[in-house]
Amino acid sequence: MEVNYSGDIMTLNMGPQHPSTHGVLRLELKTDGEIVADAIPHIGYLHRCFEKHVENVDYAGVVPFTDRMDYCAAMNMELGYVLAVEKLMGIEVNERTRYLRIIMAELGRIASHLIAAGTYGNDIGSFTPFLWCFRDREDILDFFEETCGARLLYNYNCIGGLTQDIKPGLEDKILKFLDRFEPEVDNLNRLLSDNFIFIKRTADVGILSPEKAISYGVTGPNLRGSGVRFDVRKDEPYLGYEEFDFDVQVGKGEHGRLGSCWDRYMVRIREVLESCKIVRQAIAKLSPGDVRENVPKRIKPPKGEVYMRTECPRGELGYYIVSDGSPKPYRLKVKSPCFTVMSAFRDMCKGTMIADVISILGSIDIVLGEIDR
Amino acid sequence: MESIAQLLQKIPKYDGLPEMLQALIPIIVSSIVIFALLALAVLFMVWLERKVSAHIQDRLGPMVVGGWHGWAQTIADALKLLLKEDIVPESVDRVLFKMAPFIVFLGAFAAFVVLPFGASSFVTDLNIGILYIVAVSSLSVIGIIMAGWASNNKYSLYGSMRAAAQVISYEIPAAVAIMTVVIYVGSLSMVEIVRAQEGGFLNWFLFRNPFLFLAFIVYFIASLAEVNRTPFDLPEAESELVAGYHTEYSGMRFAFFFLAEYANMFLVSSVAATLFLGGWTAPFSILQFIPGPVVFFVKALVLIFIQMWMRWSLPRLRVDQLMYINWKVLLPISFALILGAGWMAIL
Repeated sequence: MEVNYSGDIMTLNMGPQHPSTHGVLRLELKTDGEIVADAIPHIGYLHRCFEKHVENVDYAGVVPFTDRMDYCAAMNMELGYVLAVEKLMGIEVNERTRYLRIIMAELGRIASHLIAAGTYGNDIGSFTPFLWCFRDREDILDFFEETCGARLLYNYNCIGGLTQDIKPGLEDKILKFLDRFEPEVDNLNRLLSDNFIFIKRTADVGILSPEKAISYGVTGPNLRGSGVRFDVRKDEPYLGYEEFDFDVQVGKGEHGRLGSCWDRYMVRIREVLESCKIVRQAIAKLSPGDVRENVPKRIKPPKGEVYMRTECPRGELGYYIVSDGSPKPYRLKVKSPCFTVMSAFRDMCKGTMIADVISILGSIDIVLGEIDR
Repeated sequence: MESIAQLLQKIPKYDGLPEMLQALIPIIVSSIVIFALLALAVLFMVWLERKVSAHIQDRLGPMVVGGWHGWAQTIADALKLLLKEDIVPESVDRVLFKMAPFIVFLGAFAAFVVLPFGASSFVTDLNIGILYIVAVSSLSVIGIIMAGWASNNKYSLYGSMRAAAQVISYEIPAAVAIMTVVIYVGSLSMVEIVRAQEGGFLNWFLFRNPFLFLAFIVYFIASLAEVNRTPFDLPEAESELVAGYHTEYSGMRFAFFFLAEYANMFLVSSVAATLFLGGWTAPFSILQFIPGPVVFFVKALVLIFIQMWMRWSLPRLRVDQLMYINWKVLLPISFALILGAGWMAIL
């Protein structure tokens, strides 16, 4: 967008301590009054040397570290890693493990999208959706706590299976939760998504055209918000996602141009309902079995390399593992969805207003733990 | 001041005091009374806001302090704020920084002088009452700009600039909406305005004719913007500007900003209740036994509740949208309303 800047340019440091930079992101804003000429993101405040660190940890010991990357969707983070190692070692897990993993991953996706939607409402200035979303997320965390003892960093998936089976009766609790939760999504839509002011604030703001989204390598809900029908669960199914009946939700540009903040936000809300569908189907398919049946005694993958990509709530999460035949990974590289979308952020922000920067930042739903690793 | 001055006359040997003291004492006493009233009202409103927001958000809100539904929570909070260290950052303009919160509060406080809480419970009845309120309440903008400038913080500056632009712009539709009422009363005195609405709710200006009804809505929206309430809370937009113009404030000075915010809320609700909802007059003749101030506070509380309700359910507008609503929507409507109301008044 071409904007003529009249006055002097002022530098405004937004972050790393700022209420709505979603962690420790620093934005260097070049502002002319309320208009933002440039928004330069500075990352790295949460860098913990994940990739180097795990080279000194054995394969099973990496799982807790993956949890700490995207702490809003730890279940999905460890799932991707576990699948990558299993692919490297050629382990086939049994049916119960597969479905339980899917149930947990989709519940994790719901929880993560609820954070995204709630904090987005908060960014736009509406505080109530935030607490409504956290109320529902709380139930999901309770399920996780009941299953593995942890509420945020689960360490539940392990190479070749799961650390433990679910407690009896959890399926019914989850189904009961879904029955209660699905109408709540409509409530949230009435309160926030279809609110006139909310639409005015988010539609036609932060446009990411499909071509641009693809060229920046944006994935996940952000890519789908631009109208591109791509979902790793559908296009390159893993864990048997092909057996499930669900739709890939894409932005339709109902309000203004396609690929706006509203589209990205709405894709997440719709995906939550799709995840509910998957969880229901997976619970129906659940059969008895031993989730630790295929867990190997010694984890020592053969020499070689593997790339495994999964659909985590924030997009395509890829693990590239190089093994030299030792019990520790020779190299582990993570392809992070938030990092790629961060590169498109600057482009989206140019010529918008300060309030729009917050709106765009909230709509791409980044987690700094995963960007910086 | 008349009623307070008369009460003071009853003190023995009051006439024996020097002339200057006799003139000063009523002013001081009425200021203290208004301040105490305001502080109490604000304490209650903060508690109410916390309860209202909590119930909207599926929470309980304060429940512990004081026993019954945490009624003493705000008292505890106020005490905490007053006892806190008074931090003045190193690079601020000390004089302006220290003065700003009081000037912001002064704007709200001074306006209460002419508010008639009941048929005889008011400090003074200025013959330019409503004009005085409009004038004095915009004083707080100066305090906000002082706070923003003196803080030496870019977020504070942004917040105060937004506040200045917003408050001054929204004053116009608010004032024009007030004028529609003045046309009917023929007086700017607040007491006269209430007297013109006596005799049941059908005589309230809200229900007199559609123009006045719309004028009430215009005034209510504009007054929300004037006191920086959601959806117009841009000057202190937490997610954008951290805390806007009071980012650098803490302790007692922050408490004064807080007090001013709620006092303003109470003020605009009271003005709306006086202008459009008949002030202290009862809605039905059977309810006339209720004391005027009680009726007045109930009416103001209803409007305050609506403000809180909006705050906890609506998102925030953007700066350009805010200005658009003011200059292109509210202002033309308010001018049309003044024409319509004037035409109806002539009929």
